[in-house]
Amino acid sequence: MSAREKAQVLDEPGIDRALTRIAHEILERSEGTPGLALVGIRTRGVSLARRIAEKLEAIEGVKVPVGTLDITLYRDDLGDLAEQPVLRETEIPFPVTGRTVVLVDDVLYTGRTIRAALDAIMDLGRPRQIQLAVLIDRGHRELPIRPDYVGKNLPTARRETVQVLLREHDGTDRVVIQEPAP
Amino acid sequence: MGLRGKDLIEVRGLEPAEIELILDTAESMKEIASRAIKKVPTLRGKTVVNLFLEPSTRTRTSFEIAGKWLSADVVNVSGSASSVVKGETLMDTAKNLEAMSPDCVVIRHAMAGAPHMLARALRAAIINAGDGAHEHPTQALLDLLTIREKKGHLDGLKAAIVGDIAHSRVARSNIYGMRKMGMTVTVAGPPTLIPPGVEELGVKVAHRLEEAIRDVDVVMMLRLQQERMQAALIPSLREYARLWGLTLDRLAAAREDVLIMHPGPVNRGVELAPEVADSRYSVILDQVANGVAVRMALLYLLIGGKPAEAGA
Amino acid sequence: MDLIIKGGRVVDPANGLDGVADVLILDGRIARVERGLEPPEGTPAVEAAGKVVAPGFIDLHVHLREPGEEYKETVATGTRAAAAGGFTAVVAMANTLPVNDTRAVTDYILAQARADGVVRVYPVGAVSKGLRGEELAELGELAEAGCVAYSDDGQPVMDSALLRRALEYAQAFAKPIISHAEDAHLAADGVMHEGFVSTDLGLRGIPAAAEEVMVARDIALAELTGTPIHIAHVSTAGAVRLIRDAKGRGVPVTAEVTPHHLLLTDEAVRGFDPNTKMKPPLRGKRDVEALREALADGTLDAIATDHAPHALADKEVEYDLAAFGIVGLETAVPLGLTHLVREGVLDLPAFIARLTVGPARILDLPLGTLSPGAPGDVTVLDLDRELVIDPSRFYSRSRNTPFGGWRCVGAPWMTIVGGRVVMWERVIKGGTR
Repeated sequence: MSAREKAQVLDEPGIDRALTRIAHEILERSEGTPGLALVGIRTRGVSLARRIAEKLEAIEGVKVPVGTLDITLYRDDLGDLAEQPVLRETEIPFPVTGRTVVLVDDVLYTGRTIRAALDAIMDLGRPRQIQLAVLIDRGHRELPIRPDYVGKNLPTARRETVQVLLREHDGTDRVVIQEPAP
Repeated sequence: MGLRGKDLIEVRGLEPAEIELILDTAESMKEIASRAIKKVPTLRGKTVVNLFLEPSTRTRTSFEIAGKWLSADVVNVSGSASSVVKGETLMDTAKNLEAMSPDCVVIRHAMAGAPHMLARALRAAIINAGDGAHEHPTQALLDLLTIREKKGHLDGLKAAIVGDIAHSRVARSNIYGMRKMGMTVTVAGPPTLIPPGVEELGVKVAHRLEEAIRDVDVVMMLRLQQERMQAALIPSLREYARLWGLTLDRLAAAREDVLIMHPGPVNRGVELAPEVADSRYSVILDQVANGVAVRMALLYLLIGGKPAEAGA
Repeated sequence: MDLIIKGGRVVDPANGLDGVADVLILDGRIARVERGLEPPEGTPAVEAAGKVVAPGFIDLHVHLREPGEEYKETVATGTRAAAAGGFTAVVAMANTLPVNDTRAVTDYILAQARADGVVRVYPVGAVSKGLRGEELAELGELAEAGCVAYSDDGQPVMDSALLRRALEYAQAFAKPIISHAEDAHLAADGVMHEGFVSTDLGLRGIPAAAEEVMVARDIALAELTGTPIHIAHVSTAGAVRLIRDAKGRGVPVTAEVTPHHLLLTDEAVRGFDPNTKMKPPLRGKRDVEALREALADGTLDAIATDHAPHALADKEVEYDLAAFGIVGLETAVPLGLTHLVREGVLDLPAFIARLTVGPARILDLPLGTLSPGAPGDVTVLDLDRELVIDPSRFYSRSRNTPFGGWRCVGAPWMTIVGGRVVMWERVIKGGTR
């Protein structure tokens, strides 16, 4: 199925401003960095988590630990996918128990990925609190899940897709909406 | 990306890219072993039958742990091929299993070709956990994972496989796996234990241990079965140990960073001197740990996705 | 029984005949073979224009399994399979239960053949009592009862001294000994040919030498005693060399080869189909080439099927546990016409010779020819008939063949025994069942 770009939603400065704002909000809500950890959901959530960590360091002068979560083993749709997802490593080099863990992902949609990520994190220990940060919330939730920090709320149609392009993976920073080619 | 077949019966039939996928997936699975709660929900509701018709506590346990860590229901059925012969044939067993709709059957059997028979008869994914002297693909895959972990790569490495090549399924699967991944392989052992035409598998044959292990990155020692003496294949254990046992002295001919591997269980003092088995060169326990990860990877890749009926 | 077969291409290698002619059978015997024959009024006629008319085919090597293993085959089903496959005579091996080592067993087989058989049955008596390779069977009584040769087939006679005495003793009855040439120690518990494929599959091998040392021994003993020895199911290039050399020196040795050893190599074992398991095992490519060449040049005198029926329960098991042997009566002729004659391994007259005059001479049977006075046994072939081998349609009680699904061009069209049509277009006629 081919898709064509319908609109650009965020450009590079737009993404950066959104992440800066999220960093500030995280600090406000958590009252500083002690006990704070960021966990990015593969693949683009990991880059976003690293960027937020850099901003936290710039603001507070403290390094916040960043982990990487692969939710493949927790997905509820393995039996429905045409292609089996490639499993990648989960690397969370700190104990999660007692921490405030901020899950970071690029796009929040049905909520199923976050459900899987919550299960995965809780298998690793007992965090004091889990929060959710997303760059884009495009709506259409299928589970009672709500983000704590949002870069941009973006009303979309189901047939559309939202693509977050990041320079670490795609060589450019922008967010676009695509729709199926007519 | 996934595996092409519904079963894993032979390394012989795998593409190098499939081997890479299995090893990469296994590497990711290893993290689970380090957790306090070693369980992920991936195979919830799936049934794995371990059909072990030849005794093997190690391999069976490894498969059982792999299945359980992935939340599959694991059922162990054991017996010996001879008891199956007397009562129920393998085909009967297969048909009975089919009626219970398992998702995966792991089979260990003393006779070559038994997994092929099962694969033809069952819809379930069949994993060969060792069939006679034919293949033991999960062992070879865990060996490759161990080598890759220690050396960082496989391509261009040199390995020597030493011992009873003729009767070894571990040797066959490793020869195929290592050759596919770009390694060079020398096999060595008494000429009576080197099978005819083995060179056609793309290996060199050495008839002296020192010659075989010189300059190699990996030395894989095979277990010598005691019954080989009765068939006049070797004169005595004593002579075998003298000519083919790996001792620290002999190891001097090998590279400083050589890996010593053994599929277990080790006959200490026969093929492997105790001080070699416990030396810093030995990665025998890494092999065991990697066994669980490789088997988890295979269970995920074979039955983690679409049910077999719905698959293409 | 009278019959005239009109207008076919008559190929009778025994008489060097290959041309269009009529074949007249009177009172069950060949009367005349000529063009434009006028038969006596009322003689039933078969129109065979476009077909090949040959002397009835003889299969030197068949296991009818009766008495003792009637669940695998009987004289009735085995001879029907033979008729369907174009054979008018079968030679029945002695490894029944009980073994055919006494007159009572021979009598029983012949009685069954008279009662239920549709083609001629020639029993082979055992060389040793119970095929145990220890004491001679009563070879004289067996000859009187109707055995045409002696063999412990299925079991090699490992004791060379015993075989020597058997050869000497058999001279009194002018019967040859058929040797299953396999050194039991070298073959041991092997299940396939020893070579790269056995190494690859991890199956225990039977080396070519297991056959060759025994062929060499058999030749030496035939030379020593002067009694003819016939080597069953030759499978290796080395055995062919030994036989060719012995024949060149005038040693009384003859030999047969099976269709499967001519058509398949050990590569067929990949996949572990138990229907590729037989003795001797499927050999290498060079062996197959040597066998084909030897069949064409006459070093191998006959094609014989080694028809070895086994029930599903004996075959649908692990390769190591599966019984040795495959059925061959209903596949040999189509396979041979397709893969030997059409592919130019040997010409049609030579192929027919290996199924008629070749085997008849080995056992000194009064068959395999259309000479006047010979029994009226005729096989008519349709060289253009296309078919796919379908084991579910076999007349044999067993289905163990690796050739299911093979496409063939050329098949037996009619089988005539003693002037009576016993098979026409795969339909068996007559018999009491």
